[in-house]
Amino acid sequence: MRDKPLTATLAAIALSLLWAFPSQAKLNVVASTPDLGSIAREVGGDRIEVTSLAKGTEDPHFVDAKPSFIRILNQADVLIEGGADLEVGWLPPLVLNARNPQIQLGLPGRIVAAEVIKLLEVPTGPIDRSLGDVHPFGNPHFTLDPVNGRLIARLLAERFCAIAPVDCQVFKTNLKQFEDTIDARLAVWQKQMAPLRGTKVVSYHKSYSYLAERFGLRVVNTIEPKPGIPPSASHVRDLVAQMKAEGVALILMEPNRERKTPAFLAQETGAKVVVVPSMVGGSKEAGDYLTLFDSIVKTVLEAADQRRP
Amino acid sequence: MHTRICACVCAALFVAAFGGWSQGFAKETAGSEIEDLKKQMTLMEEQLKQLRKKVEELEAKPSATKGPEPDQGKSEDTTEQRLRELERQVQQQRAASRGILAPFNPKISLNGLFTAAAFSDKNNLNLGDHDPRVNGFNVQNVELHLQGTVDPYFQMDANLVTFIEKGETKVELEEAYGTSLALPANLQLVAGQYFTRFGRHNRQHPHQWDFADQPVILGRLFGPDGLRGPGAQLSWLAPTPFYLELIASAQQAQGGIATSFLSQAGQTVRGYTLLDRPVQKPGDLLYMPRVVTSLDVTDEVTAALGGSTLFGPNASGPNNTTIIYGTDLYVKWKPVNHSQGFPFVAWQTEYLHRDYQAGPDTINAIPASRLKDYGLYSQLTYGFVYRWVAGFRVDYADSAGGAAAVPFLTTLAQRDLVGERWRLSPNITFYPSEFSKFRLQYNLDVAASRGREAIHGVFLQAEFNIGEHGAHSF
Repeated sequence: MRDKPLTATLAAIALSLLWAFPSQAKLNVVASTPDLGSIAREVGGDRIEVTSLAKGTEDPHFVDAKPSFIRILNQADVLIEGGADLEVGWLPPLVLNARNPQIQLGLPGRIVAAEVIKLLEVPTGPIDRSLGDVHPFGNPHFTLDPVNGRLIARLLAERFCAIAPVDCQVFKTNLKQFEDTIDARLAVWQKQMAPLRGTKVVSYHKSYSYLAERFGLRVVNTIEPKPGIPPSASHVRDLVAQMKAEGVALILMEPNRERKTPAFLAQETGAKVVVVPSMVGGSKEAGDYLTLFDSIVKTVLEAADQRRP
Repeated sequence: MHTRICACVCAALFVAAFGGWSQGFAKETAGSEIEDLKKQMTLMEEQLKQLRKKVEELEAKPSATKGPEPDQGKSEDTTEQRLRELERQVQQQRAASRGILAPFNPKISLNGLFTAAAFSDKNNLNLGDHDPRVNGFNVQNVELHLQGTVDPYFQMDANLVTFIEKGETKVELEEAYGTSLALPANLQLVAGQYFTRFGRHNRQHPHQWDFADQPVILGRLFGPDGLRGPGAQLSWLAPTPFYLELIASAQQAQGGIATSFLSQAGQTVRGYTLLDRPVQKPGDLLYMPRVVTSLDVTDEVTAALGGSTLFGPNASGPNNTTIIYGTDLYVKWKPVNHSQGFPFVAWQTEYLHRDYQAGPDTINAIPASRLKDYGLYSQLTYGFVYRWVAGFRVDYADSAGGAAAVPFLTTLAQRDLVGERWRLSPNITFYPSEFSKFRLQYNLDVAASRGREAIHGVFLQAEFNIGEHGAHSF
């Protein structure tokens, strides 16, 4: 009889401990963008919990540093960021206020995807802000090349293994599966996109440089005269002339951009406007990293078909 | 007790000295790494040059045979691939070298805020040192911001400000503080000189304001330059499913930057002359507890609510105290498909109340009194299209008590700090880029101290920002 309260107390403590650490077994992974979150899910499978901060429809440069993100980052075992200044406008104060020693720069819990990517458009000459909001480290929209997604997955598997060695074999198996799938799907995407190889396109922002490079599209100019600077009347006029002269077929734009200028350009030049999801969640069909490319390929091909006489 | 303090100081000095040595070692290591990188880059650039030359030679050479060699196309492809690979690597090295060198220097940015102002009365009602205050051109604020990581444990920020007052250039150390990076138990320490985290507006720098001038009630309670001072702040992020932060701060209560507290001897608060009252005991410091929470109402709407209290000594008497209460609310809507942060709607409101135990003033023989000062501002900003933001702000402030001291309010500036005042401020701001802005604002200002006759003000403000891309807090 005397032992009963003691047993009950111990049971209560054990239960509360179980309640307090329900996700101990799983790595708590926070990704700055849904693309990185989706790749992490592929590699981590059921051994990780993933939260993506930015929404797929958002402009990843201008995400609000919501206080709820501080709480999410405080609980993170791993933070995956794109790097190359993609999140420079909002992530640093969140990490500072999260008070989480595990996700500080240089530690295994902080993964910067750009570290394993060969960045395009790295400025080689002198740069300053007269060139717009130029990225000194290169173009940070690199997840739009599936091969880069593959490289990021490899980096994630390596880091997840270092942090949770007990699940390393699972991460390796998942990675192999993801790599095989990407390879197989890439072959299909490339075959589907082959007829468009060499097609000249204009993009709104420099969001599609990696996509174009992978599938052989030629981005001849951008609607923004410089990164982050909206189009002026003279730039649009020059662009119309250039698009006509070079026979630009498609105008690629993110779902969140204004539609007036691309529509005007399309009307003036006969090019077709294609709203291309730039991140996972950017369209209904782009539910994960693989379906993002299914959706992109389908959208671009449909637009190209419609343009053909 | 003294021995214990000495031991602590010695220990602290030792730790600081050891820290300095290890940083020196780190610098040496980093220096050699940079040298290696530079060598590697030079080598790669040399290889690149040679390869380019080879390709040019191959291209210039006429084909000896009628048709191409079976493997010629393949070998050219391979060379081209190698060339591209090398080009990329060199670019990467260049970018990496920037990345490696930069972190050892602090991130630097310089912000300039200038205004052309026109008031209907040259003795206008603007209170702040960084407000537009005179007809014609005003240098509101030129601020140098430095930020860097000190070591694995701290980050440091400093804001050095220069401005022009009555034709004289003044420089002030606005803020310089370290912030801990890795304290356990969800704690964070801030130490140095910093703006008190009371409410939302007090800690914002003039270039972060949504309006050209500071709210009336903040000017009345925190003085022309905002409430700040040397001190230490400890904050704790609660382990709740939602964001909840508790902040406790202790700061020096002296100087022109602690207007409602010890301030400066000889100054007056609502007619009461301030004594020379130095800090002698822990009770002479300025203390602030604050609680702030936030909720994502939907994916597109976020609200943040805070409550702060300040208590500390005031110099209108040897044992007098002041308490200030405040509550603040910020609600922002931004659609999930925004482009470059637009459109958005943000509503920010703060209410402040001061209870000032004044006197007796032995110089002017004014009996003791409880001075009450209270007021609020509420502002709405609407980013209606990319680069354009429209704003509207309402200010209201009033005071009670201290009737016996009213005859001693001898200057207009002293009388303007007492009694009812309200102000309406519509404005529109154009941002050519993230790094510059132009703002047009109109103020309709009505104060009991001016017989409730409206004073009009129009400001055209320009801001320029160079250097590091700063991050925006919510």
